[in-house]
Amino acid sequence: MQRIEAIRKICQYLGDELVICNIGFPSRELYQVKDSPTHFYMLGSMGMASSIGLGLSLAQDRKVVVLDGDGSVLMNLGSLVTIYNQNPKNLVLVVLDNECYGSTGSQCTYSSTTDLKKIAESIGFQTFFFKDEIEFTKVLETDGPVFVHVKVLPGNADVPVIPLEPEDIKKRFMEEVQGKK
Amino acid sequence: MNSSQAVYQGIKKAGVDFVVSLPCVNLGRLMELVECDPEIMHIPVTREEEGFGVCAGAFLAGKKPAILMQNSGLGNSVNVLASLYQLYRIPILMIISHRGTAGEFMSAQVPMGNATPRVLDALKVVYLNPQTPDDALKLIPEAWILSEAGEAPMGILLDITFW
Repeated sequence: MQRIEAIRKICQYLGDELVICNIGFPSRELYQVKDSPTHFYMLGSMGMASSIGLGLSLAQDRKVVVLDGDGSVLMNLGSLVTIYNQNPKNLVLVVLDNECYGSTGSQCTYSSTTDLKKIAESIGFQTFFFKDEIEFTKVLETDGPVFVHVKVLPGNADVPVIPLEPEDIKKRFMEEVQGKK
Repeated sequence: MNSSQAVYQGIKKAGVDFVVSLPCVNLGRLMELVECDPEIMHIPVTREEEGFGVCAGAFLAGKKPAILMQNSGLGNSVNVLASLYQLYRIPILMIISHRGTAGEFMSAQVPMGNATPRVLDALKVVYLNPQTPDDALKLIPEAWILSEAGEAPMGILLDITFW
């Protein structure tokens, strides 16, 4: 399964959930699949998706789905420990694992030999694993924090840069979260 | 009022209700005050950069965030300050124990101590340097007002002599 296909499948299950999407092609692919005020597209700060998702999930009650990557999770592994210990019921951390740094030319990460799901389990997370199909209803019904490991193929979809300014992404998302429309 | 209480009262007066922290020997008492405050959500983190990410998420939901950190952690946070906070214009109060300043007993703290103001300058992070508890009590709430209005981080550098 290509990463954009995994994003498309997950999006089919999402309605009111807030989405924090990782920097680079994952955000571009999500924007191409579907744009929504519930989406926060990261344009910088690689590794911070799970941390932003943690802060958001602790500060309000709506469910938060983080779309992260293997390279980004490896850059901020301590975040998994903090998330588990803070124990937000409304946080789902999805790792779209293509075993490479996809946005920079598909250089290998260590996730082909080190199992990210086992790391999450050893920390204490409830985990799900998907490869060909994604059954996301069960994930959303499970009290978090939940770690969802999705193996995808390397490569990026041919999608354009997101035509939104960072401040506009932030403002629209904050209005959605805080209900100040 | 002692130094830790002054900083605590300052962030209370600022309306800060969400704090992430990594310890410094000089921040110990302040961290206890924050931890015991039912009006403040306190999240210990594993690395300062991570803490900035957590605070950004909380800010998106309407919280008023602060980070308690040693200046050494500023080095761990350069990219997140530029490519998350500056890029999206996000405010935060940075309460920084500034080691390596006058009176430092540990030479290992001096290089990052010296670099700290220039790293903040390079990131265009404005900072204040209260010298006394009264200063801190007055300046910290003002710093948050500036941070929120300017949509940018504000640093509070607390030298060794402050404590």
